[in-house]
Amino acid sequence: MAYSAKVIEHYENPRNVGTLDKSDPNVGTGLVGAPACGDVMRLQIRVNDQGVIEDARFKTFGCGSAIASSSLATEWIKGKTVEEAETIKNSQIVEELSLPPVKIHCSVLAEDAIKSAISDYRKKQVERRAASGDSKK
Amino acid sequence: MALALPIFMDNHATTPADPRVVSEMIPYFTQKFGNAASRSHSFGWEAEEAVDYARERIAKLIGAKDSKEIVFTSGATESDNLALKGVAEFYKDKGNHIITTVTEHKAVLDTGKRLEKEGFEVTYLPVGTDGRVDPDDVEKAITDKTILVSVMLANNEIGTVQPLEEIGKITRAKGVLLHTDAVQGIGKVDFDVQKMNVDLASLTAHKIYGPKGIGALYVRRSKPRVRIVAQMDGGGHERGMRSGTLPVPLIVGFGKACDILAKEGKAENVRILGLRERLRSRIMARLDEVYVNGSVEHRLPGNLNISFNFVEGEGLMMAIKDVAVSSGSACTSASLEPSYVLRALGVGDELAHSSIRFGLGRFNTEEEVDYVADLMVEKVTRLRDVSPLWEMHKEGIDLKSIQWAAH
Repeated sequence: MAYSAKVIEHYENPRNVGTLDKSDPNVGTGLVGAPACGDVMRLQIRVNDQGVIEDARFKTFGCGSAIASSSLATEWIKGKTVEEAETIKNSQIVEELSLPPVKIHCSVLAEDAIKSAISDYRKKQVERRAASGDSKK
Repeated sequence: MALALPIFMDNHATTPADPRVVSEMIPYFTQKFGNAASRSHSFGWEAEEAVDYARERIAKLIGAKDSKEIVFTSGATESDNLALKGVAEFYKDKGNHIITTVTEHKAVLDTGKRLEKEGFEVTYLPVGTDGRVDPDDVEKAITDKTILVSVMLANNEIGTVQPLEEIGKITRAKGVLLHTDAVQGIGKVDFDVQKMNVDLASLTAHKIYGPKGIGALYVRRSKPRVRIVAQMDGGGHERGMRSGTLPVPLIVGFGKACDILAKEGKAENVRILGLRERLRSRIMARLDEVYVNGSVEHRLPGNLNISFNFVEGEGLMMAIKDVAVSSGSACTSASLEPSYVLRALGVGDELAHSSIRFGLGRFNTEEEVDYVADLMVEKVTRLRDVSPLWEMHKEGIDLKSIQWAAH
């Protein structure tokens, strides 16, 4: 199967590979997929006080398209607000990377990874506010 | 000497034709183009003579007593179909039960499924973690309705060589026919239809440095005389078992390929085994969490099927794009199901997704092996750096303790 030039480019030079501190309350972690299915993505975001994603990191176990999808996802969400990042759809990833039908699940996983990281971040924020007794912010 | 890229290490999928095979074929396309079935002129006689000579060479390689036992087909898929369907149809009044194994080629498994729809009963025997079927299981599965046992000589994915000689003793004693898909094994491991009591054997040329599009079915003519019903109607070629004009150039090439293996196979297999072990040790000495799938002892000399834990197979193949191999990962298919052969061994799905099959052959060199081993070490290391599973493993997290969301 032939990969698109963009998939190859992301695969060979993946952006934002790495790990953020899971225990940091401003970091949200999304871990999606399953080893038995052949794809696992971990996507992390660090959000500043203005609600902007100032850093994003990923690690992916999967095929070239899965690695490229998660690399692209981190690139896109960096600098966006959480609300903006949430609107990213897997179809945009499919289009950008010219993924064939059998690889659409890679883009779905990347979208899930973003949503899962955001949801983890929000959960932590709620917990933090609850712990500090501040319900306004 | 500069290494030529890409490197072909997928010799279980196919092999390049040996130049000696091709040169022997060429005259049969142009000058000696006769139809082997033409009895009335020298063109036909010349073609028939060439076909008979090829038959003898093929028969000799597999220990067949009589070259008439070789029935030409288009390839091993047709041979497997002809063997199973042909026997089932002929012996259906004697019984309706067929025994095979779960790791057979799809040409056998899917033919079995077809026969089940037509009222036959098929038992698919399990294999051990080494990929071998237990001959005792074969014996226990035989009933008074059993007409055929079909067990491959060597597996195409993991190279496991089956205990055919022991199975042949059982089938012969019980009066049941034995078919083997011998495609991957002929000329590479011990195979002798007499010694192993094999009654039908599927063969193909393109896995032994011959041309694509030509195969054969060995059909025993005596003790016992095996009968099959032809699956294609026509001119009654091949003693009524397979109609269709014989592709003489391909048959000539098939014969030559067998002749080369008969003469050089022994030394060649020692050399290829040496390359395989060199590749295996060079990879395993430098990488952790690498597992060989299938028996190391009972294995085709050129086969190395290994799982690189925490790295996905298709992603890995992309990293080594100048090396042609294959993977048990099914990421390319819509099903997301990894190799059924690896599953049958009890290899977990995660390790099946991480498997790479190297198939070494006649034209591979030590230099290529060293290059590929270095490349594997480099690329697996790089992909592990990108793998969340590797990081978790390094942190001591048991991946099985995590609730993964299947998708």
